[in-house]
Amino acid sequence: MEQKNLKEEILRISGVNPRKCMKCGKCSGTCPSYEEMDFHPHQFVYMVESGDIEPLMASGSLYRCLTCFACVERCPRQVEPAKLIEAVRLTVIRQQGQNHLKPDQLPGMLDEDMPQQALVSAMRKFAK
Amino acid sequence: MVFQYYPGCTLKTRAKELDRKARLCAEALGVQLEEIKDWQCCGGCYPVAKDEIATKLSAVRAMMAAKDAGTPVVTVCSACHNVLKRTNHDMQTDEVIRDRVNRYLKPDVPYAGEGEVLHFLEMLRDKVGFDTIREKVKNPLTGRKIGAYYGCLLLRPGKVMAFDDPENPSIMEDFITALGAEAVRYPYRNECCGAYLALEDQAITKKKSSAVLHSAKCAGAQEVITACPLCLYNLQKCGDDLPVVYFTELLFEALGLE
Ligand code: SF4
Ligand code: SF4
Repeated sequence: MEQKNLKEEILRISGVNPRKCMKCGKCSGTCPSYEEMDFHPHQFVYMVESGDIEPLMASGSLYRCLTCFACVERCPRQVEPAKLIEAVRLTVIRQQGQNHLKPDQLPGMLDEDMPQQALVSAMRKFAK
Repeated sequence: MVFQYYPGCTLKTRAKELDRKARLCAEALGVQLEEIKDWQCCGGCYPVAKDEIATKLSAVRAMMAAKDAGTPVVTVCSACHNVLKRTNHDMQTDEVIRDRVNRYLKPDVPYAGEGEVLHFLEMLRDKVGFDTIREKVKNPLTGRKIGAYYGCLLLRPGKVMAFDDPENPSIMEDFITALGAEAVRYPYRNECCGAYLALEDQAITKKKSSAVLHSAKCAGAQEVITACPLCLYNLQKCGDDLPVVYFTELLFEALGLE
């Protein structure tokens, strides 16, 4: 997809307006996955806004967001960074052959106590 | 009191005890839970994107069943609760989603989020009442110091879930107190356990979950309760020896149902 269309698509499906961001960094400060990410929630916000989206699409950070919504709850400007991360992830996994998690990987990841909730959640997040 | 009941997939498999004890406790409190016919899995995670329609349908169907029955639908699993409540909120507030879902499902009367969903804890607080529970307690849990773990799904996003104050909740502490125990508040009670990363990278979930239990321990908790099967799994597997159980275990014990 062309950069401009890509940005529009991400803004459309997330419903986020990144221009509301005042770059306070609170979202990243509260993010439980901060240490696991190379791009942090506030970086998603300004990089989408500036159209610098390909590095985000190639980043493993997409699969480290826990959808805990702490960044959404605690953002003083109601920017909702988690929705933007979700939209970038969807633009990746909606492409042919780009699923992050494949069903045949699952048996090797399970133990006898693992709740079904973990499987369905991870498949919903990481595969289309 | 009669409510519809949405158990969800985990309560039919790994968390059968959560289902069984929730039902028995409800019965003992004079609540009849009628399982929704042919319910479908909610998918575990609310589909956040505005153009996700098909993935929202199972939750909409459950909410429509509640509307038809004329009673709220009760959930026990935090994840089901989050998905049902947020999807229903979309049906109330997002015209585009509402329109697309109705075109897809073609109900006789279009659905606009009239159904109501209650978490079991909300049912205890708002319908049964913690005072009634206090009266029905046969074995008060006197002297026990219990920490409530809320996690994310019950509370956030606060405006949509409208469950409790998302940063300083009290429903589970009030529940613990009603059973005669001492509720221990600790800073990490609404931080994430690491969730579904349990599948891919347990180093992360162990780090997140042990921080939660460490926080509970430092505040003096001797045991921790949760309403979420995935939180329970992560907290129990993180290597800390603090006991973690479903909230229904306490209720079951306090009501003398053993
Ligand atoms: S918390 Fe909100 S305003 Fe602050 S940097 Fe993050 S998105 Fe921007
Ligand atoms: S929703 Fe994702 S990005 Fe936001 S705080 Fe939670 S893990 Fe971090």
